[in-house]
Amino acid sequence: MNEESLWAIFVNAALVNNFVLAYFLGICPFLGVSAKMATAVRMGGAVVFVMLVSSVCAYAIHHLLVAIGAEFLQLIAFIVVIASTVQLVEMFIKKISPALFRALGIFLPLITTNCAILGLALFQTNKEYDFVQAIVYALGAGIGFTLALVLMAGIREKLEFATVPDVVQGTAIALIVAGILSLTFMGFAGLGA
Amino acid sequence: MKALDPTPSTPTDEFIKGLWRENPVFVQVLGMCPVLAVTNSAINAIAMGLATTFVMLMSNTLVSSLRHFIPKQVRIATYILIIATFVTIVDYAIEAISLDLHKALGAFISLIVVNCLILGRAEAFASKHSVGYAMLDGLGMGVGFTLALLCLGGVREILGNGSLFGVALFPAGFEPWVVMILPGGGFFTLAGWLLLINHLQRRRQQASAGMQEVAR
Repeated sequence: MNEESLWAIFVNAALVNNFVLAYFLGICPFLGVSAKMATAVRMGGAVVFVMLVSSVCAYAIHHLLVAIGAEFLQLIAFIVVIASTVQLVEMFIKKISPALFRALGIFLPLITTNCAILGLALFQTNKEYDFVQAIVYALGAGIGFTLALVLMAGIREKLEFATVPDVVQGTAIALIVAGILSLTFMGFAGLGA
Repeated sequence: MKALDPTPSTPTDEFIKGLWRENPVFVQVLGMCPVLAVTNSAINAIAMGLATTFVMLMSNTLVSSLRHFIPKQVRIATYILIIATFVTIVDYAIEAISLDLHKALGAFISLIVVNCLILGRAEAFASKHSVGYAMLDGLGMGVGFTLALLCLGGVREILGNGSLFGVALFPAGFEPWVVMILPGGGFFTLAGWLLLINHLQRRRQQASAGMQEVAR
């Protein structure tokens, strides 16, 4: 069992080892959905939510598979269960709160294939977190993802007004900005240790 | 005219297109997570590239041979299951072959499952073409992916560690750019390669425009 304090886990997942900027998980939405601030915030909210749900699922699956001695099925079970849970949750939200459903919109299904979600499930299993630790880890990772996404969106909105050389436009400039952001986040190293 | 044809038909062409013209990393910008995460040394890059190539080859083959049996509604779920199966095989194989490598790549081997490139090829190519073509496509895309990873891993290892494949390249006085090994360096290196490729494509376009001008 892992003995890390909850605060250390949270800071670690959100800042020091930020999923996007240190582990490179979820780069596709990070580059794809970060053009506008409003969508970035919504996407971030949806990711936090899905991460919490899938963290609980992953915890349950892992213990179930260990109990029946079928750890080799872990990866397949994770991906299938997470994908179907997200589908269920999507239908559930649509029924319960149409307003929330509209706010999250297309992002819920997109998130299923976000490698940050599967990465979270794998990391929390590797690190042998207990149930509460896993939840805090998921929350930290989700908030870290949102933070990176929102920062990126803010910078890119400003970038619209800058004159960028033709060759650098598009993905290249986004990657350079991400690189600088990633360097900045290294300043957090040592926090919560 | 050949370049304008969206579905080239010769087998060699199916293989070659993944290497350069439709290179998954530099042109399609797909599968970014492993591209950035494991390319801090050339050997990691090659291992990741080969693992992805194997998964893509096998999943393309299986998806293509089952394409008449998979119901359309559940095809994506089926593809993911097929891919996840092969990734599990690769994961255990690497652990058996080299434990150090398995530690270095960590969870990123498992994360090949969510590499959008593999699912993308299954959906866009393998489900519509015969087994032979699907295999060539998977192999070509895989080799192209490996080459791209090697380009990134090589540059990052040379600059960040002063070595290539673990062999020191510079005299003792060389001060390595540690930043290139760190996450930020991954973004910068990829941005650099994309710039180079944008620049080359632009030059080629200008050159061909110039040729037309002369011909007229």
